[in-house]
Amino acid sequence: MTALAGPAFPAPPRRLGLRGGLRNTSTLTWRSVLKIRTNMEDVLGLSLNPIMFLLLFTYVFGGAIAGGTHAYLQFELPGILVLSVVFATLGTGLMLNQDIAGGVFDRFRSLPIARWAPLAGAVLGDMVRYMISVAITLGFGMILGFRITTSALSAFAGCLLVLAFALAMCWVSALIGLLAKTPQGVQWFGSLIYFPLTFGSNVLVPTQTMPGWLQAFVKVNPMTDLTEAVRGLLVGGPVATPVIRSLLWAVGIFAVFAPLAVRVYRRKT
Amino acid sequence: MRYDAATPNAIEATGLVKRFGKTTALAGVDIVAGQGRVLGVLGPNGAGKTTAVRILATLLRPDGGQARVCGYDVVGDAHRVRQLIGLTGQYASVDEGLSGTNNLIMIGRLLGLDRRAARARAADLLGRFDLAAAAARPVKTYSGGMRRRLDLAASLVGSPRVLYLDEPTTGLDPRSRTDVWHMVRELVSDGVTVLLTTQYLDEADQLAHDILVIDRGTVIATGTPDELKARTGRQVLRISPSDPARLAEAAALVEAACGAKVTTDAEVGAVSASVASTALLPRIVRELDARGIELAEFTLRKPSLDEVFFALTGRPADGKDSGTRELEGSKP
Repeated sequence: MTALAGPAFPAPPRRLGLRGGLRNTSTLTWRSVLKIRTNMEDVLGLSLNPIMFLLLFTYVFGGAIAGGTHAYLQFELPGILVLSVVFATLGTGLMLNQDIAGGVFDRFRSLPIARWAPLAGAVLGDMVRYMISVAITLGFGMILGFRITTSALSAFAGCLLVLAFALAMCWVSALIGLLAKTPQGVQWFGSLIYFPLTFGSNVLVPTQTMPGWLQAFVKVNPMTDLTEAVRGLLVGGPVATPVIRSLLWAVGIFAVFAPLAVRVYRRKT
Repeated sequence: MRYDAATPNAIEATGLVKRFGKTTALAGVDIVAGQGRVLGVLGPNGAGKTTAVRILATLLRPDGGQARVCGYDVVGDAHRVRQLIGLTGQYASVDEGLSGTNNLIMIGRLLGLDRRAARARAADLLGRFDLAAAAARPVKTYSGGMRRRLDLAASLVGSPRVLYLDEPTTGLDPRSRTDVWHMVRELVSDGVTVLLTTQYLDEADQLAHDILVIDRGTVIATGTPDELKARTGRQVLRISPSDPARLAEAAALVEAACGAKVTTDAEVGAVSASVASTALLPRIVRELDARGIELAEFTLRKPSLDEVFFALTGRPADGKDSGTRELEGSKP
């Protein structure tokens, strides 16, 4: 055998075990992380979006809602943390959509790898993007005058909670990315789901200020629980119930949308 | 090193059917490729070539029929089939956001090579495909030809036993095309089986041991290139008189002998005719001799695959009557 045919590979086993699947996932996560570095536009967007949210909401709404920008910043920053990260998960769907259109997923599907690994790799790699988003929101908020009034550990737990929730939400985004035919479709469908979900919550204003019918929606919206939990962990307030509810939501969303996305992906033939 | 001596055919498909909505892309296609041979699949745009490749590469499930690759069923044993195949599609499926090296390392790692082996394999393949200088650059900066070469390299990382090349040289310059041909021959000499779809019939003529012609989802001809050429039953005769002044006279004589129209090329001083039977040749030679027409050239050649293709399908191979892109299941 000459060198073009390459090194010998092991004889073909019938199935790939979970360990093999996890190894595939780690390779594909590495790929997603590498891609972040070569896509500076995305990194720029990830960084500027929270800055824009913070500046706009603090100085446009601050006076009207809380009677002062500093008081409002303390109230809204946990919400904007949630907002930025949840919107950043849309990128997962967009990238999957491009991968499919570009034929890279055809290559993956012709390789002897776990069927779920390309999706799991894309989602895990994107965690790095969400960390960037969290760091910028918190960092820029502090420059504007935001102060953590609990403890560093508690604030860290708040950031982890947001990331855990993002890990669940990006499966929703992945499903949209798999179902939409074009990147524009991902944007539109994503907006239709993400806007009511994020703004129809206590992210920017207290629930009590809304009409009753809207309160009913806001109270069952997972974003409300998540924002309340992050507020509690960053600036004080009730913690236990909203944290547990947020985690349950995250597990629930993951349990529904991850298998659904994998199913749609496998059927995409 | 051969995977299974009991299975002489690397690819064996019978009665493959695939429908997309109301269009039937494949209406019962049999495909057989012997180990270590090159099977050229020809057909106009939309004939079903790519659909067949996608089924054999486990990317599509057939609606009917079955296919085995190295003895493994492409549906029931897809994971095993994937360990034995390499695929290069019509459009380079490499990751635009990664460098050439990282694209190949990724695939090596996915195939179970350790970090060092994956890196070594990537460097080796990049060198062979003349991409070493661009190895560290993101693929989005590559030219079309470089992308296709990387795509080919990517399909070889796993040392496939069966390689599918779906129009591998479309859009390549002549030199790169020759390089690809060279690579295919080298792989075949290692025992790799190659299924090649192409629109360039000279490519099939150069590489393929066996040819399958598909049109509108059915197989309309199979055989070796020579068998297919023989099937048209005609050969091409070409003569040029030593004295160019006697070209017209020679043309009239050949035309009378063949009973068919001849083509006269006054510039090079040659007459060509399609002859149905070689029995005519002695007669033509005798008559030319009787008139004292001396010949500078007298050749008889088999028809080109282009001519065969035209005779079989009634249209040229490049399918100018359809769009430039092969749409699955679309009518040509």
